[in-house]
Amino acid sequence: MTNEELYNYLVQNFPGAEVAQGKQYVEMTVAPEKLVETAKKLKETESLSFDYLFCLTGVDYPENMGVIYHIESTSFRHAVVMKVKTANRTEPVLDTVMDVWQTAKYHEREVYDLLGVTFNNHNDLRRLFLEDGWGFPLRKDYVDEVRIIER
Amino acid sequence: MGIMYKNNYKENDFPIIEKYAGGSIILTQLDAIVNWSRSNSIWPLTFGTRCCAMEMMAAGASRHDFARFGFEVARATPRQADLIIIAGSINYKMAPVLKRLYDQIAEPKYVIAMGACAVSGGPFFYNSYAIMKGADHVIPVDVYIPGCPPRPEALLYGFIQLQKKIRREKNFKSAKLVDVKPVINQK
Repeated sequence: MTNEELYNYLVQNFPGAEVAQGKQYVEMTVAPEKLVETAKKLKETESLSFDYLFCLTGVDYPENMGVIYHIESTSFRHAVVMKVKTANRTEPVLDTVMDVWQTAKYHEREVYDLLGVTFNNHNDLRRLFLEDGWGFPLRKDYVDEVRIIER
Repeated sequence: MGIMYKNNYKENDFPIIEKYAGGSIILTQLDAIVNWSRSNSIWPLTFGTRCCAMEMMAAGASRHDFARFGFEVARATPRQADLIIIAGSINYKMAPVLKRLYDQIAEPKYVIAMGACAVSGGPFFYNSYAIMKGADHVIPVDVYIPGCPPRPEALLYGFIQLQKKIRREKNFKSAKLVDVKPVINQK
């Protein structure tokens, strides 16, 4: 499907999500409660069949935190972007999509390690690169007296 | 760079002040032989962590060959190596590993810090939480080679400087000549 067709399809079939187009991929912003349901529907619909998650990125917004999923279909070769935002910054919690796309297991560990977003129902949520006592370095308000020399 | 022409070679050497009047000839010659043999066959433990490892491999390959200086066999184990070439940046997570490897090398051991990251943290000196600001926070370094990455010729120059540093060493303490007072020549 082209971006136009994807846009029309998503607007019709996902009423709660806000779909935007105009950039390289069609972008879909979903509410955090509907994340796993939307992901499953995107994967299992025959005409969409988004079965390849090629990027999972965490984002640090001023008010809250978000995660951006780039998903693609290996059969139809179309791609879409799904964006989720958490409720607040003090306790950023999201549902995990590792039951839908298994690659999300390690990507979500990385987001937890570097940004501090916890994922519900993740069976092995621990730090991936850093040691346990480290904070969350990729947050904008990360301060480290010992290691960082500011400029 | 220091050396441009062959007749400048001697000027670049560190000045050596004779400790005793006339010097102790036999021990100096013994020193010279031991240092010559040590400097001509240093076996490096290549510790390439990042991009400088590519330049180190290029220096070991056929065009610029460091085997002709005696750095023939690059040992993978620190037990059989003399020199550790830190080619690349050192993380805070890698630092205890580096320290352990350095401790496992038997004396005499030397360290070359290759590249800007190993010298001082390089491009990651500011605003980086993960890269250590220089490998000499962990182990003592003998030769620093700046560059990002240094060309293979720069690495060879560093090797030659290390060889000259080794040839200046004094290995034998002449304990029997302790009561001889040093004579300072007044000019």
